Amino acid sequence: MKQFWGFVMKEVRHIMRDYRTLVILIGMPIIQLLLFGFAIRNEVTNADIAILDASKDYMTTEITNKLLSSGYFHLSAELASASDIEGVFRSGKAKQVVVFSQNFARDLYKNGTASVQIIGDASNPNMATILFGYTTSIIQDYQFQLAAHRGQNAVLPITPEIKMLYNPELKSVYGFVTGLVGMILLLVSALMTSIAITREKELGTMEVLLVSPLKPPQIILGKVLPYLVLSVINAVTVLLMAQFVFNIPFRGSYGLFFFEIMLYILTALSLGIFISTKAKTQQVAMMISLGALLMPTILLSGFIFPVENMPLPLQIISNVIPARWFLVTLKAIMLEGLGFEYFWKETAVLSGMAIVLIALSMKNFKVRL
Amino acid sequence: METTTTIKPDERESVITTEQLTKRFAKFIAVDAISFSVKKGEIFGFLGANGAGKTTAMKMLTGLLSPSSGKASVAGFDVYKQAERIKQNIGYMSQRFSLYEDLTIAENIRFYGGVYGLSRTTIADKTGALLQRLQLEHARNALISSLPLGWKQKLAFSVSLLHEPAIIFLDEPTGGVDPITRRQFWELIYEAASEGVTVFVTTHYMDEAEYCDRVSIMVNGRIEALDSPRGLKERFHASTMDEVFVTLARPSA
Repeated sequence: MKQFWGFVMKEVRHIMRDYRTLVILIGMPIIQLLLFGFAIRNEVTNADIAILDASKDYMTTEITNKLLSSGYFHLSAELASASDIEGVFRSGKAKQVVVFSQNFARDLYKNGTASVQIIGDASNPNMATILFGYTTSIIQDYQFQLAAHRGQNAVLPITPEIKMLYNPELKSVYGFVTGLVGMILLLVSALMTSIAITREKELGTMEVLLVSPLKPPQIILGKVLPYLVLSVINAVTVLLMAQFVFNIPFRGSYGLFFFEIMLYILTALSLGIFISTKAKTQQVAMMISLGALLMPTILLSGFIFPVENMPLPLQIISNVIPARWFLVTLKAIMLEGLGFEYFWKETAVLSGMAIVLIALSMKNFKVRL
Repeated sequence: METTTTIKPDERESVITTEQLTKRFAKFIAVDAISFSVKKGEIFGFLGANGAGKTTAMKMLTGLLSPSSGKASVAGFDVYKQAERIKQNIGYMSQRFSLYEDLTIAENIRFYGGVYGLSRTTIADKTGALLQRLQLEHARNALISSLPLGWKQKLAFSVSLLHEPAIIFLDEPTGGVDPITRRQFWELIYEAASEGVTVFVTTHYMDEAEYCDRVSIMVNGRIEALDSPRGLKERFHASTMDEVFVTLARPSA
């Protein structure tokens, strides 16, 4: 046991001495979260729109005000006639035009229906869809307000119902937080561990360790332990930032959260050990970790692109990526506050992966002797 | 009636013995029934061309690889059943020096001392003595990476003797080092041997083979010759070990 702690201390010393890497490892989650949270956003703000209000009554004015005060839109032109619409799109002055029909308020009271036309610039389909979504939900919101005000049930369903669950403001940072946890833990646990172990192989110190009375599991565990601690620090950093910088609510149980995190770290660490049994040099270990682990995790885990939207072959491939399962559990706990019964399957898959990987890397490490 | 007699080298106890020791990988026989013994305090040169089976044989003796058949004991322990006991009683140094470049001299010593279960005070005492002997006291807190190659090598050798092993295995310890440093390194080896440590050394340098008490030469997994350098040279009518080696390793030439 004393030998083991001596080994861990040596490992800690390696990490501390290479303080540049340490700063990167600890600072990376902070920087990435800030980048994803503040700079790289899917949502659109201050999009130029034009309004053609043929009615100009109190209702259209209220809706216009509501649209413009939402922060999503900026009024670039008020149009007088339908013939101007084409012009504002052509000149690029507006990404969307909202057209209120004549006698809007009167029609609404008299006939129980009135129409708003939303014309989008679909040359950028994503943007058009997003703006359309914002507009319709704002108008819908107005209808509810109106109905509540008049003590009635909602009238005039102009738009299809779009409901944003869990992230009503469509904040993309919500999704990034969980994805980021998955990515960073993989990076620290798998990449750093595989490099740390292959370094001993490359320098020839591994031979000496194996000839020493230290047992192989002690060597592996000693190498892995400091990175496990580092991973937990990273997970806690992201969690704290999510809550206090981005005000993302944490709805579920902390116990479950840490259980799933530890399970995922375990999987990632055993991946790292497995890589190190295959790779002969640090460079190879790094290439495998970045190319075969990090890229698929970013692209196929549902971090950036929803798994459901992928073509079937990619969906099938995504099944072998631990982060795909981990992200589901993390979202369920953090954003939705669900209990274990909702993600036991994902947890089971992740546990299975961890067990297989640990067994494989143990076997491989022995064979190498 | 028995009287005390001075023990001649050949009557010293054997610390390594092998009998028909064999290692098979699938169909390839890496080590083919080798039998030899090494006496306490002896400097035993283990020679052979690349791929002759030296490394495999050494791995079996150091407990890294279990033999396919045959018998072997190292420091009085059986390689099959007591590999862990063997590890506690041997030292090992490879040509890659086995010290951590990003740790200081003192930290390296502390680490390896700890690995062999030495107590804190023992490590402190030994660190002092070791640094004094190598005249490196001023460099106690210097990173290994800042030391010249020759120093690293001497330090690695001394560190591998820290836990006072009965046998030290040196795997091409002088690779890539200039002749003068090599010479100095061999002085350390002699010193250790004179203190009773058995030295088991592989090398590619034939001049180093001359420094050994006895030399074995492996060819294709078998020990083709085993004698003192002088004995070997006489037997093969050669003037240097180099000639002996070439005659054996390339019989057709």
